[in-house]
Formats: sequence, structure tokens, C-alpha cells
Amino acid sequence: MPEKTFEPWNDPTEKPLIEFKGVSKRFGSFTAIDNQTFDIYAKEFFALLGPSGCGKTTMMRMLAGFEAPTEGHILLGGQDMAPIPPNKRQVNMMFQSYALFPHLSVWENIAFGLKRDGKDKATIAARVDAMLKLTRLEKFSQRKPHQISGGQRQRVALARSLAKAPKLLLLDEPLGALDAKLRQETQFELMDIQEKTGTTFVIVTHDQEEAMTVASRVAVMDDGRIVQVDTPDRIYENPNSTYVADFIGDVTILEGRVTPVDGGFDLAFAEDQPAIYAKSSQHLASGQTAYLAIRPEKVSVTPEKPADRRNVIRGKILDIAYLGNLSTYHVALPGGQIIKAQTANTRRLANRPFTWEDEVWLSWTDTAAVLLER
Amino acid sequence: MIRLSWFNVTSLTLGFAFLYLPMLLLIVYSFNESKLVTVWAGFSTKWYGELLTNDAYLDAAWVTIQVAVISSTIATVLGTMAALVLIRAGRFLGRTLFSGMIYAPLVMPEVITGLSLLLLFIGIGLDRGVFTIILAHTTFSMCYVSVVVSARLMSFDKSLEEAALDLGCSPLQAFRLVTLPIIAPSVISGWLLAFTLSLDDLVIASFTAGPSATTLPIKVWSSIRLGVSPEINALSTILIGIVAVGVIVASLISKHTMLRQLADENAAKRG
Ligand SMILES: Nc1ncnc2c1ncn2[C@@H]1O[C@H](COP(=O)(O)OP(=O)(O)OP(=O)(O)O)[C@@H](O)[C@H]1O
Ligand SMILES: [Mg+2]
Repeated sequence: MPEKTFEPWNDPTEKPLIEFKGVSKRFGSFTAIDNQTFDIYAKEFFALLGPSGCGKTTMMRMLAGFEAPTEGHILLGGQDMAPIPPNKRQVNMMFQSYALFPHLSVWENIAFGLKRDGKDKATIAARVDAMLKLTRLEKFSQRKPHQISGGQRQRVALARSLAKAPKLLLLDEPLGALDAKLRQETQFELMDIQEKTGTTFVIVTHDQEEAMTVASRVAVMDDGRIVQVDTPDRIYENPNSTYVADFIGDVTILEGRVTPVDGGFDLAFAEDQPAIYAKSSQHLASGQTAYLAIRPEKVSVTPEKPADRRNVIRGKILDIAYLGNLSTYHVALPGGQIIKAQTANTRRLANRPFTWEDEVWLSWTDTAAVLLER
Repeated sequence: MIRLSWFNVTSLTLGFAFLYLPMLLLIVYSFNESKLVTVWAGFSTKWYGELLTNDAYLDAAWVTIQVAVISSTIATVLGTMAALVLIRAGRFLGRTLFSGMIYAPLVMPEVITGLSLLLLFIGIGLDRGVFTIILAHTTFSMCYVSVVVSARLMSFDKSLEEAALDLGCSPLQAFRLVTLPIIAPSVISGWLLAFTLSLDDLVIASFTAGPSATTLPIKVWSSIRLGVSPEINALSTILIGIVAVGVIVASLISKHTMLRQLADENAAKRG
């Protein structure tokens, strides 16, 4: 029997845990969140991704109850949250600024929420110790927040928000200050916690790789609006706009006019170049301006012209970015456009096949690129 | 060590002399044998002894301390509450008026404050005594407390309170468990300020004190009019001593806490 995939958003009988219904938030005349409607389901790991100032924290603060929507409603488990104060919501938030209590030790910071619940001493101690262990802060339990490093503080904030095992956990840039290794470990730790406890996570991050790693769905935001909500792979493979394609991962975008041909479109993007063909089920009018987005790793670089591919372009290597396991080539076409191509470095650097100024052939398949209207 | 130039030495000496010579004279003459203040007749502590048997002075001292402790405590509570509203409540209707009214007594001439309170107490038929002095001192010193506390609250990170709410505190608990401990130093200095203001207030106290209760400053002032007596010198010396001890203890405590924090931080660095 195949394992049932976790896709409550595709199941019409599933009730969402959180519903945003036409939510707007204005600060004076400034609109921070603009009429947003979307759902988050129980046990999801929902990532909010977007540039600085696009409204991610504002979204979280509305969920936690620190800001009231100017318009619209937020429902949690079908219940309107508007009249419920933050301390009565089964929601915990990890603050972007950590907001650790400076007069309390690390231990007391983590125990703070548990004590408010009136748990007995032994339970609290056990829980706090478990959290300290999880975040590897055992050695620092008696320190005050000003006596530990930035990354350690971030872990205390994380431990404090996890301690109460809430129904919904809001993490505002939870891992920003951690080094790459600890960050990755903590990401897996979070996913593990999520699996074990069934908590619903909403996580804000600047880091798209992090969003791709942990999230069940990613919402890409721009200027107070969610541009696309989708699973990480669909966001990556099927972005709905050049904004999303550009925001997530590396991409080359070519602008041109389309003409429909056998189940797809030809895109004329430069006068001295043949048209590029892409399979697409989009409905585009003939002659319409469209954008072709292609990921660097889907573009092959070869010294000879490949015979079996429809999309073949000749260019000159302008730049090589060596990333260790990968190399990214910036290839300039005669018309000046630059296409990025990425190859895995299976051989040692010394045996690298191409170098600067080499003339190469770029090619990709019919389905490698996506055509976008905007 | 930097060597001081003769100019620095002179200006320092002159400055300190200007500040402390009068007090020094007062202290010296409090140990004078003679009843004549300006004639030195040998060392004696008899005026201190006499002071302790003078019920009028002792009563006044007791009233002063009662008034100072109670009024500064009430002023601290009210002043802190006012500061919270001013800083936290955002823009509510009449905020400007409210904040103006809180700060107005700071610049109001004391005579006017005293007089208006006197009229009020007479108007509502309140007998003047310890209670009315306490009321009067509370009203003017709470402004000072609210200034001190609101200065601290302005730099207070509001997300700390939000975090407390988020973790299940009621707003009151959040204040008691998070905000208050963090702003405590400013509340304490507000209290100390109110305490000292009340301790040495003469003008407002003389308007609101009655025959049943006199404060020490009033007592000193009225005795002076009958001529300076060595007894008053002795009393003033004691007051100076108390204040000096207070200041020294306060600075030692703050220095001690600073040192301890430093030690904590160093311990933290060592891991
Ligand atoms: N209290 C406020 N008053 C006025 N404007 C605000 C307020 N809070 C947020 N904003 C504005 O709303 C917008 C969104 O802010 P928000 O904090 O949600 O951004 P963000 O996406 O979390 O950014 P970052 O990634 O930098 O944390 C910003 O332009 C910000 O200036
Ligand atoms: Mg933010």
C-alpha cells in the first residue's frame, strides 16, 4: 500500500486550522497586509518567505494576537480570534528580537510559560531540562541572557517557545543567528519535533533554502501580499510569476513574444537567435509578451552542438562561479543576454572542461523551462 | 595619574569651599561649648544631648519621617501608574492634556501649590495635620516619580511584555513578573527622589501642616526666627550625617551590583 501523502490542502473535506479571510492590516495610511485570504492546515509546516519589510512579522503578530486586523477575520479551528487576547490563545511565538527576560536566567526563561500554567515543580523541571538538552544549552542554564552569545540567545528563545508544546507555534526567523551546521541540525530537529508532537508550525525566514528544507508549503510574499502558496517543489518548478521564480533559487529569465506551436510556444527573445520552444499548457495569445524562466541546473553546457535537443544556443563563457560541488557558468549570448548554467563538479578542478572566453553550446529540453505571463 | 595644574587645583578648592564651607562651619559649631553661635568656647557634645531630650524636635522628626515614607510610597505607586498610561496607552483622547497636567506641578511655584491645597483642605473641612501633609507631598512628588519612571519606560522593549502575554500571563502578571522587575531601579530612584523632596520641603508643608503636626524643616525655620541655637546646628549635623550615609550606601550598593554583573559576565566568557 502506498504511503498516504500529507496534502490536506488538496482534500476538500479537511478543515483548515487557520483561516485568513480578507485580512488587511494598515498602520495609518500604510498597508502592511493587503486583503489576504488563505488557509493553513493542522500539522503543517508553513513557511513565510519574502524580502525585508514585506509583512511577515505583521502576519505572525496578528496570529499571536498582538495586532488586530484592520479588516477581515482570522479563524483558528473555526473560531474567530478577534476577541481572544494573546494570553488565552493556544499559540506561542518566538520573537524575531528574541524578547528574552533579562532579569531571569536561561532556565527561568524557559520555565516561565510552564509556571504560568500552574504545572508542578517536577514536571516543569523535567520539561525545562528536556528543552535545554534539545537546544544544547545545559551548560548555560544558570546564565542571564546578557551572558550568552547571540546564537545561544536565539536557542533560548526557541526553547522557551517550544516548552509549552502549543497547538500552533510561530517562529520568526528562528535560526538566523546560527552557523550553517547548527542551523541544519536545528532544522531537522524542528521537523522532528513537528512530527512527534503534531504541532502546526508557521515559520518566517529570509532563507529560501531553509524554507525548502522544512516546509510542507511555502508562501512567497511581496509587499503585503502572498504571491504564491505551494509545496516547495512546485514553487521551485512551477512558479506562477517571474517574481517567485527569481526569489526562489537561481534563474535566467528571457523576455519575448510567443507563438503557439505543437502543445507549447515558441518564444522569440532576440532578433539574431532562433526561437526557444517550451511545452506549456498556459493560455497565451499569439504575439503576447511572456517570460521564460529556466533554472541553471537544467541547462547543459557542451563543447559540441548537441544533436538531439530543440533548444540550442551558442555563447561565450563570461564568468565561472565555483561553489565546490557545483560550478555556475554565466554564458553571454551574442545579443548580450546572459544565461546561467550549472554543472556538477564530478571531476577535480584541474580537469575542468571549460574556462573563461570558451565558446560553448547551451541546450535544454522542451519541458525544462516554464513560460510565465508576468 | 594625571598631575593637576595649579589652575585646576585652585578652581577645585574654590568650588568645594563654596559648596561645603557653610556646612563645615555648621558642623564645627554644633560641637561648640558656648551658647553663642559665633564664639568658640571649646569642644562639647552637650547640644546633642539636649536635642534628644527636646520633645518638640523629636516629635517633628517623627512626623517628618512618617510623612516622607508614606507620601513617597503613595507617590511612587501613582507616579508609576501615570507613567505607564502616558507611555503605553498610545494616543487616547486627552493624552496631551493629561501629560501636561502631570508635569505642570514641576514648574508650579510651591507657594501656589501650597496655597491652593490649603484652600482645598479648608474648603472640604479637613483638619490639618499629618494626613494633609502626606496628601500635599504625594501630589507634588508623584510628578517627579512619573518623570523618572517614564524616562525608563520609553526605552523599555515592549516585546518583553508581549512575550510574557504570549506565554500565558495576564496583563497584570506580565507587569508584575516582567516589567516591574526590569524597571525597578527607576522606580526605586523615583521613590528616593520623592522621599528627599518630602524630607526637606518647607513651603508646602507650612501651608498644609496644622497645630497638631509640624515637620522638622518647619520647626527649624520657626526656631531660627528666635535666633540660631547650637541645638539646631546639632540637629542639622545629624541630618547631614544621615543624608551622607544614605548617599554613600546607595552608591556602594550600585557599585557592588555593577561589580557583580561584571564578574558574572567574565565568568560567562570563561564558559
Ligand atoms: N507598528 C508599526 N507601525 C507602522 N508600520 C509598521 C509597524 N509594524 C510594521 N510596520 C511596517 O509594516 C511593514 C511590514 O513589517 P514587518 O515587520 O511585518 O516586515 P517583515 O516582513 O517581518 O520584515 P523583516 O524580514 O525585515 O523582519 C514594514 O514596512 C514596516 O515598516
Ligand atoms: Mg520580521
